[in-house]
Amino acid sequence: MNQSLHQHNPFKRMLFGFAFSPSLESNLHEVVRLTEFFGSELILLHVGEKTEEKQRKIDSIVAATSAPSRVQELHWIPGDPYTTLLNSTKDLSIDLLVLGAMQHESLFRFYVGSVARKLTRSVKCSVLLLIKPAVERVACKHVVVSGFKTPSLPNTLFEGFYAAQCLGANKATIVEEIANKTVKVSVDDDRSLLRNLRRKRVLEAEEDRRVTELIDKLPRALTSSINVQKQAIFGKRGYSIGHYAEVTRADLLVMDAPAKTSVLSRIITQDVEFILSDLPSDLLICRTK
Amino acid sequence: MTRNQFISSLPRNLFAGFVVSLIALPLGLSLAVASGMPATAGIVSAVVGGLVVALLGGSYVTISGPGYSLVVVLLTAVTTLGEGDLFLGYTHTLAAIALAGILITLLGILRMGKLAEFFPASAIEGMLAAIGLSLLVKQFPIMLGLEAGSGNPFIKLIKLPYVVAEFVQSVPVSASSAAAGLIGIVSLIILLFNSSIRNRYYQQIPSPMWVILLAVGYSYYYQLRGEANPIRSDLFIQLPDSVQSMIYRPNFELINSWGLWSIAITIAVIGSVESLLSIKAVDNLDPQRRRSNANKDLRALGVATAISGFLGGLNVVTVISRSSVNVTQQASNRSSNFFHGIFLLLFILFFSKLLNRVPLSALAAILVYTGYKLAHPLKLVAAAKVGKEQLLILVATSLITLSTNIITGIFLGTLITLLSHFVITRKPLLFLLHLFQPNVLAFKEKDTGSYYISVKYFCSFLNLFKLKSKLDAIGATKTVVIDFSLCEFVDHSAMQTVENYIASFEKKGGTVSTIGLDLHGASSSHPFAVRSLATESALGSIEKLFSRRQENLSKMSKEYGWKYAAKNQPLDPSLYRFLFFETKPIVQVYNTLVDPVSNGVVQDIVFNEGEFIARESAKVTVLTIKLESSIPSFVLDKEGLLDRLNAIAGYGDLMVEGHHYFNRKFHLSGSQPDKIRKLFSKELIFLIESSPIYLIESSGDELLILKKDRLLSPTEVKALVYFGRELIETLACNSISSNREISN
Repeated sequence: MNQSLHQHNPFKRMLFGFAFSPSLESNLHEVVRLTEFFGSELILLHVGEKTEEKQRKIDSIVAATSAPSRVQELHWIPGDPYTTLLNSTKDLSIDLLVLGAMQHESLFRFYVGSVARKLTRSVKCSVLLLIKPAVERVACKHVVVSGFKTPSLPNTLFEGFYAAQCLGANKATIVEEIANKTVKVSVDDDRSLLRNLRRKRVLEAEEDRRVTELIDKLPRALTSSINVQKQAIFGKRGYSIGHYAEVTRADLLVMDAPAKTSVLSRIITQDVEFILSDLPSDLLICRTK
Repeated sequence: MTRNQFISSLPRNLFAGFVVSLIALPLGLSLAVASGMPATAGIVSAVVGGLVVALLGGSYVTISGPGYSLVVVLLTAVTTLGEGDLFLGYTHTLAAIALAGILITLLGILRMGKLAEFFPASAIEGMLAAIGLSLLVKQFPIMLGLEAGSGNPFIKLIKLPYVVAEFVQSVPVSASSAAAGLIGIVSLIILLFNSSIRNRYYQQIPSPMWVILLAVGYSYYYQLRGEANPIRSDLFIQLPDSVQSMIYRPNFELINSWGLWSIAITIAVIGSVESLLSIKAVDNLDPQRRRSNANKDLRALGVATAISGFLGGLNVVTVISRSSVNVTQQASNRSSNFFHGIFLLLFILFFSKLLNRVPLSALAAILVYTGYKLAHPLKLVAAAKVGKEQLLILVATSLITLSTNIITGIFLGTLITLLSHFVITRKPLLFLLHLFQPNVLAFKEKDTGSYYISVKYFCSFLNLFKLKSKLDAIGATKTVVIDFSLCEFVDHSAMQTVENYIASFEKKGGTVSTIGLDLHGASSSHPFAVRSLATESALGSIEKLFSRRQENLSKMSKEYGWKYAAKNQPLDPSLYRFLFFETKPIVQVYNTLVDPVSNGVVQDIVFNEGEFIARESAKVTVLTIKLESSIPSFVLDKEGLLDRLNAIAGYGDLMVEGHHYFNRKFHLSGSQPDKIRKLFSKELIFLIESSPIYLIESSGDELLILKKDRLLSPTEVKALVYFGRELIETLACNSISSNREISN
């Protein structure tokens, strides 16, 4: 990848916490490949004691990847996976935490929550959840980015387009989710329907303009070879974009980090929780540091 | 509507109101008598309903007045609340009606116009059948001039032959009973065979009015001959002489008792459901296809019910049969409802003496007929056709309603429906996990301007309102595609609702089509049958039980001479020669359609996005055409999705000289740039620019064409086949002209 692109890299230090599971090999291949694309350095972390055998195993897998030199550090820290990973992102000044994730969560998991999900909520850096690591490269073609209006949206667009550009995607769709509440006209009969549609057109145009302005401000290197489209969707925030990514078969979904989450938010599912419980694709959650 | 239009439409609405009042009069009288109330109570509620709802309502051609669904509830209330004292019971019931009116108004203010959508269609049918059955058995003895008697409607149903025997025995003994019974039977015959009488003049008067005329005529016959009417005076309607004596006040002494409130709540819920169902049905009848504001109408009905209760009338609901007469009489706005109220008021003021000549048995005949229509045996047949489980739900709901009460019946019926869904899918978690989650995505597709709606998880009466609210927010003149391919289960209520939308969109010039249901197993061949992905074996196989889309495809094929086969096809390995499928293992090929003109084959293909990818498989409709002479291989697509693959092979984006728009819009690549540029003649580019495509790929001797990155609706398939023909023709012209160049 070229230098002009990598100078913008927001993910300079990537952390991958690994366990010795059957998917370790494919996970590592995928992560090393990502660091290559992003031009980043990779820090590996195992939560547990270091043993000769484990060291040998991990060395052999790293050596088989496409760019073993990307692996800069290897840490062995015993302790609770959640707190260890959480603290490490701070201690090792990590920009992007990469985690393997389950695509669908069971009822139990949904309410109790997996480590991956807990981390997604609480870490202070961006998180990339991988649902389909592969030893061989699968092309990333279509990236869906949330264009929802938040203070951190410029950062989200920046990180999203950086990832899309590095992964060689040719199409990015900015989804502007518009809550039905903001339409303010409920449909009762034909007359209210007309008012409702008129109002929606105005909102759609406003959203389009807002997002276009933000994209124009991004460095040219990030947007040049990508076909950018905008799609306004009226519906539940956080849900519609996941469903959209699923029906359009996106390869990567980029979203803002949720502002705050509580136990209540899991009972009344909202925002990013919808997507976490039913991942449509790989998911990048962007946080401004 | 302008004032002029309103005024010019007045005469028509005045006449429609008059005709409707002719039906409302006998129905109002009989419903009130059957509810254990003074006969005028029904007229009071129709007058109040007509005037209030016409002024405050949000619908257009509906008629409001007393309804049949609560007759049994009201009768029980009158007998139980007064503890034997019928007049006291009546005034207590009026209090319950007034309270119910306030509750209904609240429902309207809380925008509960979608209340009726939370009950499954078959459970509602079952409830209505039970109401009809209890009306029938209750009124049957009265129609024969006998005592009504009390007791469980079940036992009464079994005892119906005894009632007939009792009547036959009473004929020689009591002339009064015999005469009353005769009028009842003749009335029933008139009602039953009304539609087969084809006389224009006879049909000018609605059949219930013929019954009244017959009864009045009978009484005049004896008066003219100077003889006494053989029917005893207590078997006649008793109408008061003055308006004041028609008005009764409610008695709120029991306002602190649960008994009164439970009746008020029953009236409010069942009355609202009855009205909302009628409003929806009448909207489908309206020739102008206007959409009623159900919430506003509910508020108006609530106010009308409260006022009616305060004046001694029955509760007010929207009534379907009177409304449909209103529509056939070419009513165009609410003024006809208003006039119907006014005419009734005039009738009762000036003709109450005349109406006193009507025996109760004639009125009972009207209700026996109504009950018979509600509980018609053909309804069971219709339910069984949709699926065995629908028949079970219908029968169970009506049995529970008959042996307990309406509210218990409808709620248990709903529960049974839910359980039947658990059994069919064998996946109760599917429902429990996703019950409160949103499941519908709707957006406008940018390239065509049509709407795409995708439904996930499951779609049943529990969450149908979510799909409906999306459909309601789209004007009925638009094109809508509903994709159920991510939805594991679609129930009868949902299928029926979607079918209603298909009909109403069609009438306004739009279209709704469903895709992604072809692989779901169905419980029968009926278009409204339950469909589920989970258990193909439990439900029927897809090859026999077509989805609506498959039916349309098959019809289209017959019409245009295409060959259509729904069943799974063995995989044609030549598909993998296309770059599009190179990394995508094909799982299933079905719904194959062959167009002999272009040699094109349209297929639905299920594929994975690559080996080892744990993502759900995707579905697309593709057209492949084997070519007679080979052409250079190329890939043309809108988004450049295959560019990368081609780029790996060393081919970049090709530009065709002089076609800037084409170059900007489409990505073209291939290994023989010169030949490809030659192939893309002016005509070919013109064709491609003018019809929206997603991808065209040539493998040398075969073409792959995708119109969209999803399954296509039947109309879109038609367009795809047409595009295939045009493309082949253009390519043939090209090769002829290029051959000429060579020979020149």
